[in-house]
Amino acid sequence: MIVADRKPIEEIIAEIKEHEKILILGCNECVTVCEAGGKKEVGVLASALRMYFLNQGRDVKLDEITLERQCDHEYLEEIRDVIDQYDAVVSLACGVGVQFMAEKYHTMPVYPGVNTCFLGVTEKRGLWTERCQACGQCILARTGGICPVSRCAKRILNGPCGGSTQGSCEINKEISCAWQLIIDRLKALDRLDDYEQIDPIKDWSTDRAGGPRKVEREDVQQ
Amino acid sequence: MRLQYPSDINIILVPCTGKVDVLHILHAFEKGADGVYAVGCMEGDCHYNSGNLRARKRVEQAQSILETIGIGGERAQMYNLSSSEGPRFAQIAAEMDEKIRNLGPNPIKLAKKKAA
Amino acid sequence: MKINTPSKLEKILAAGHLAVTSECGPPRGSDPEVIVEKANLIKDHVDAINITDNQTSVTRMCSLAACIKLKLMGLEPVLQMVTRDRNRIALQSDILGAAAFDIHNVLCLSGDHQSFGDCPTGQNVHDIDSIQLIQTVRHMRDESKFLGGDDISRSPKMFVGAAANPFADPFEIRVPRLAKKIAAGVEFIQTQCIYDLDKFELWMKMAGDRGLLEKVSILAGVTPFKSVGMARYMKNRVPGIEVPDEMIKRMADTPKEKQPEEGVKICIESMQRLKEVEGVRGFHVMAIEWEEMVPEIVEKTGLYPRPSVD
Repeated sequence: MIVADRKPIEEIIAEIKEHEKILILGCNECVTVCEAGGKKEVGVLASALRMYFLNQGRDVKLDEITLERQCDHEYLEEIRDVIDQYDAVVSLACGVGVQFMAEKYHTMPVYPGVNTCFLGVTEKRGLWTERCQACGQCILARTGGICPVSRCAKRILNGPCGGSTQGSCEINKEISCAWQLIIDRLKALDRLDDYEQIDPIKDWSTDRAGGPRKVEREDVQQ
Repeated sequence: MRLQYPSDINIILVPCTGKVDVLHILHAFEKGADGVYAVGCMEGDCHYNSGNLRARKRVEQAQSILETIGIGGERAQMYNLSSSEGPRFAQIAAEMDEKIRNLGPNPIKLAKKKAA
Repeated sequence: MKINTPSKLEKILAAGHLAVTSECGPPRGSDPEVIVEKANLIKDHVDAINITDNQTSVTRMCSLAACIKLKLMGLEPVLQMVTRDRNRIALQSDILGAAAFDIHNVLCLSGDHQSFGDCPTGQNVHDIDSIQLIQTVRHMRDESKFLGGDDISRSPKMFVGAAANPFADPFEIRVPRLAKKIAAGVEFIQTQCIYDLDKFELWMKMAGDRGLLEKVSILAGVTPFKSVGMARYMKNRVPGIEVPDEMIKRMADTPKEKQPEEGVKICIESMQRLKEVEGVRGFHVMAIEWEEMVPEIVEKTGLYPRPSVD
């Protein structure tokens, strides 16, 4: 899923303080699972903001809606009828939802309510960690299912670097060395010999380097 | 035991303090409560293992939000006691009552009155 | 051994001499005299001088400019290049720039993570990794082609080196990793500082058993301790360095004012033992901010005077 983290309330207040009719818009997908932008977080933020503005002597309308998703037209259309009641939206969706909202409602100011962090997993409640950087050319088949692009601090395709110590990365003992994980996994698969195959220089044009990306499938287009 | 405790405390019964969410605490303040405190079982004695520990974290989260928005974090508190400690319950109620009286009314209540 | 480049270091190794290299860190400023002074301290006692490339991610004068300065002094530089700060365009471009000044040695590294340095909030590049950089230089030199496939006019004649750390984890891939670098085309290796000689000898034995030592020249890395504090720092704080407890104890048992002397003594003893290890073709003496000790270390190890190969 896309993992996000809550933005500090003071940062959100600083962005929206000039507005008077604000919609707090949650998303029922990834950000709900990582407890950053679902219905509950919408409720908490809206309640806090209502109290803040009241306490400032300001009469600010703050409503709460949580959509199934904010990255699809159908769901974002659901607020078409009510959007005119507001002069700003705080979207608790990931950066994708915030932008799609901004594209669709062109004259409506939209503010992000979360920091979008990475593509990751829930290791346990309250701990989410990165697994993928969407480089567009998956190499997991060659690395035993462990990704050095997202999990090595240097994205080294032929690792480990000299900083790998007792299974940890040189930048932080809390972070596992991706290449230690790869080697452990290759061993478990009885494929350690594969370690000596040199991974070729990567085509990064499908990564961020190639500019904004798209996936286009004529077979499913209407 | 007929113990006295301050009469303006509104008790909301929950099966476990683990049920208490940040949202409940914030909504209480939004509706004008001057203070909110959760009274859970002793730490380590939760029937559901960690309900009271979760409640403590949520109270702390609410404190942080209340502090940020200018209501005051100390208006929300977490207490632990066992079910046999009636006198302690009354004592906590008196303590909280005094604390909140010293802090004065919830500014939201005043702001609402002003706005009306 | 076939000679592929005009590198003096390559010639010395090919002639069967034990090579001696050392390193200088460029200054955190633009004064070239710092490099000149450091180089003058060691130039008669080493065959080539590495210039580090923003080591530990602290911004310094660029390695290429400092190498050019050495070249203009008539010395033999080893251009260290990390893949942290430059993409494949910049790396290839700098290789050509170095070759334009007849810099004939390059050391291919990934570089410490930027979080250790003075710009921890900066981006890193890592477009290619150190093994791929070895391949890149060899490709440019041997095929006379850019990575993009176009021809290079006057290909860069560079003797290609890399680092190896026999002590990093996991140990079981230490020799396969060396094999991988050799397969990528590396010709000389400068190792991480060696203090755990038993472990180093084991690594060399394993490399020898795989027939790797005939394919690459290994220069054993050594660094003298200036103090027991430095020894402890190396042991506890520098990733991938192992210092045996008895070595720490030996430093600790030495009175503070005698510790530098003891550190040099340990270094020389280590080198004497390393000279006997099969496959050790020379030394890389890294006297960190202590370049003035290099001549004494080289002389006392019987490696002075340096051979002439021209």
